[in-house]
Parts: sequence; structure tokens; C-alpha cells
Amino acid sequence: MGEIIVCRCRDVTLEMVEKAIDEGYKTVEELKRKLRLGMGPCQGRTCMRLLAGILRRKAGLKPEAIKHHRIRPPVRPVPVGVLEVEAYEGED
Amino acid sequence: MKERTDVLIIGGGVNGCALAYYLVKRGANVTLVEREYIACGSSGRNAGGIRQQWSTRENVRLAMGSVKIFERLDEELGCETDYRQGGYLILAHTEEEVKQFKRNVSMQKSEGLEVEYLEQDEINDIVPELNVEGIGAIGATWCPSDGHADPIKVTIGYAEAAARKGAQIYKYTEVLGFRVEDNEIVEVKTSRGSIRADYIVNAAGAYSKEIAKLLGVQLPNKPYRHEILITEPVKPFFTPMIISFHDNFYFRQTPEGQIIGGWGNPREEPGYNYESSLTFAKNMARLLTKYMPKLRHVNVLRQWAGLYDVTPDARPILGPVETVRNFIQMNGFSGHGFMVAPMTATLIAQLIMGEKTSLPIKDLSLERFKGEVVKEVSVVG
Ligand SMILES: Cc1cc2nc3c(=O)[nH]c(=O)nc-3n(C[C@H](O)[C@H](O)[C@H](O)COP(=O)(O)OP(=O)(O)OC[C@H]3O[C@@H](n4cnc5c(N)ncnc54)[C@H](O)[C@@H]3O)c2cc1C
Ligand code: FES
Repeated sequence: MGEIIVCRCRDVTLEMVEKAIDEGYKTVEELKRKLRLGMGPCQGRTCMRLLAGILRRKAGLKPEAIKHHRIRPPVRPVPVGVLEVEAYEGED
Repeated sequence: MKERTDVLIIGGGVNGCALAYYLVKRGANVTLVEREYIACGSSGRNAGGIRQQWSTRENVRLAMGSVKIFERLDEELGCETDYRQGGYLILAHTEEEVKQFKRNVSMQKSEGLEVEYLEQDEINDIVPELNVEGIGAIGATWCPSDGHADPIKVTIGYAEAAARKGAQIYKYTEVLGFRVEDNEIVEVKTSRGSIRADYIVNAAGAYSKEIAKLLGVQLPNKPYRHEILITEPVKPFFTPMIISFHDNFYFRQTPEGQIIGGWGNPREEPGYNYESSLTFAKNMARLLTKYMPKLRHVNVLRQWAGLYDVTPDARPILGPVETVRNFIQMNGFSGHGFMVAPMTATLIAQLIMGEKTSLPIKDLSLERFKGEVVKEVSVVG
């Protein structure tokens, strides 16, 4: 059986996530730090929803108990050279 | 929550977790309480830089001691910490800096550190892509055994290794107050109940000041926001951390190729502020393109902020205080508390276990602020 990938950007598998949950990492932010998932170029757009589902199923958390990870600016990757001259969405 | 412990550590950052590890290793009964989760504070937000090039002897010794520990840390903790000795290149932009750097180098050499002063035309031997003249660098210091590690991996590594050896770690548990009798803490009140302890260690990072306040102990520390960003990975092409006190700026490339760096806003006011600013992003972009024009095309992925816990002399506060006998300080790391954590934790563990500390720490006590202090000047403030 092939491995099930949760985070494509960071090569994190379902097995790795389930193991970390068993070890006590039971929130999105903790799993992010432990496994680095959600920190790839897509900023978790693909994997964070999957992770919430796994947490719900495996750790028995209700949807409202799962704090969603904080999106950190920029909202989409921006070249350094563009940043130098232009603003992107975000507060100052 | 358990009723009693030998040592209660407040704060699950790299300092608290490393201390828990070195104490259980020595056979102590250890409990650590963390308000949120391990590495949620500055330890999970920093650049992972490890340098031994400081202007004060204490900092050089702390950092050199730490490097010896980092060199064997993966083996010791049974995990991967991404530790690399890629060196630190510190740039001088003014004659005054040149003088200070030459003094630093001779003091550092007297401590046995392999470090050298580089003339302007030697800088590109270390990093060919650096725009030396464009940035106005006229000299530099170079220490190849400086480096970096992944701070989250180190912090979690210490916490897990400590737990395996029997340390009790309570996450999502906040210290709320203390009961003091005869100048001694007899009980610590937390959001999960009370616990008694022989020693209480204040390793709450930028919040240490608030913890101390609950005991009527005044720490001179102030919290300052520091921001940082990371780019997408590009083919690795340089290994050192490049740092300029003049521009208040540093950056390096991770082993996976991402550029990570920070800039200190000289106008930052103290406060518990975690917002990301556009001012920061723009200044980083300006400096990165000036330092290495080819970085213009690299995509920024994320920026975030953390807090420095800054003391008046930019050196940590370690050890007991006069007014509360069993209250031990381990804070005030002023923006370099990751790199020294292995050594400071070793020293505090030795102190608590009644061993001779491998370096003297008296000069780093809270009481030093009563007299003249020697300020650490080699900082990105
Ligand atoms: C942007 C940035 C870049 C940096 N770069 C570097 C670098 O390259 N090299 C370097 O060496 N250092 C660097 N630093 C500094 C370094 O991150 C810190 O000095 C270090 O992480 C401090 O660790 P700590 O364990 O003392 O504190 P923290 O990691 O802040 O941990 C303190 C913990 O205490 C907890 N806490 C607070 N109050 C309570 C309470 N009442 N009850 C229970 N728990 C509580 C917090 O939740 C927190 O987890 C940088 C810092 C920043 C912000
Ligand atoms: S899939 Fe996880 S960060 Fe992109």
C-alpha cells in the first residue's frame, strides 16, 4: 500500500501525523512545529484542511475546538524585488 | 497535577526544556509548566543562529561552551537538530566598528576561539555573492565554527528527551501566583492546581518580568518585538550567517536553501506585539537586494514576529535573587537565548544540584544592576 501524503510541500505522511498525535501533539499549531507541515510554499492551503479532518477523527476534537493556524503574510509568495517597491495586502 | 517536585520550571522554551533535561539527567525530580505548548514563544520564532563572536567575555564563554554541546547534541538527544557549522561573517562599516571588532577578535582569541579579522578584499573569499562595496563594508570578522541549528527541533528535542527520562511536562498550564513564607516560595499556583517545589525557575522568556512581579521582584527586562521572514528554497550557495550591526540586519540560508533573516527596527517601542509589519518586509527587501542583488527574484513565503527579552546590558540574568531564596532566574537573553541555552541550562542545573558551575555565573546575577554594568555591544538591537 502506498503512503498517504498529508502535506505535499513538506512530505508529511498520514502515518507521521497519527504518530505525532499519539505522542501528544494534539493541536494544529503544535503539529505544525513538530512536523513542519503547513510551512511549504502553499502555506498550508492544501494540507491544513486535511489536518483538521484528521484531528477531528483521531483526537476526537469537535470542529469548533480546532484552532486554525494563523496565516502569516504575505498571503501569496512575493518576490523580494517586488516587495522592495510595492506593498502587498497586510497591515502596517 | 502532582503535589510536589524538586524543581518547578516555568516556561517551555529552549531554556526551560534544556534545563529540564540536564536536571533529570542528574537525577532530580522535575516539573515544567508551559502556558501554551512547547516552543510557542521566541524559541519557535528565531533564526537559529549560533555565534561565539561577542564583545564580552561572559558571552564568548557561554557561546563556546554551547557550541561544544551542539556538536554532540543529535547524539545526546537522539534526534536531528540540523546543526551546521557554516560560520558567521560579521561586517564592519565604520572605522569605529573596525577598532571594536579588532579588540573583540583579540579577546576572543585569548579565549581560544578560532576567529580572524578580514580586510575588505578578503570578504568575497568567504561569500563571493556578497556586494561588499555596494553595502559599504570595509572589513569583517569571520569565525568558521559559528553556525546554526533548527531551534524548534532543538527545543522539542530537549523536551522529549527530558520527558523520556522522567520529567513531567504540563502543557496548557499557566502559572498564576505564589505563596511565599519567610522569603521562600512554598507553593506555586497554576491553572491546573497548586504544586510545591524546592526550587522555582523563571524561564518564561519575555514574560519573566511578569512572573517576577507576582513575587515583588523587579526585573529590568523589557519585551521588544523582532520580526523575521523566510523565502522559498533556492539552490544552496552560501553557508554563513551574514550580519551587520550597522544595518541592524542578518540573514542566512537553511540547509534546504531557504533564506531566513531579520532586521531590527530602531524605532521599535517595548511591548508584547506579535503583528507583522509592512515596514519590516520593505526594509528586508531593500537590504536583501542591496546585500545580494540576485535575491531580488526569490519569493518571500512568510514573515512573523517574536519577542526579545532585553536587559540593560544585553546579557542574561542567571541565578538566585536576594529577596526570594528559592527563586532562580534564567531569562533576559536579549535576542541570543537560543545559542547559549545548552550552556546556561547546564550551569543552572549544576547550581541547583549544588555542583561547582563550570563557568562562574555570579556576574550575571540580578544584583549586578545595582552597580556599573559592562554592556554587550555586538547585538542586532
Ligand atoms: C525574530 C527573532 C530572532 C532571533 N534570532 C536568534 C538567533 O539567531 N540566535 C539566538 O540565539 N537567539 C535568537 N533569538 C532569541 C531567542 O529566540 C530567545 O532568546 C530564546 O528563544 C529564549 O528562549 P526561552 O526559553 O528563554 O524563552 P521562550 O522561548 O520565549 O519561552 C518562554 C515560555 O514561557 C511561557 N510562559 C510565559 N508566561 C508563562 C506563565 N505564566 N506560565 C507558564 N508559562 C509561561 C511562554 O508561553 C513561552 O513558551 C531571536 C528572537 C527573535 C524573536
Ligand atoms: S501542502 Fe502543506 S504546506 Fe503546502
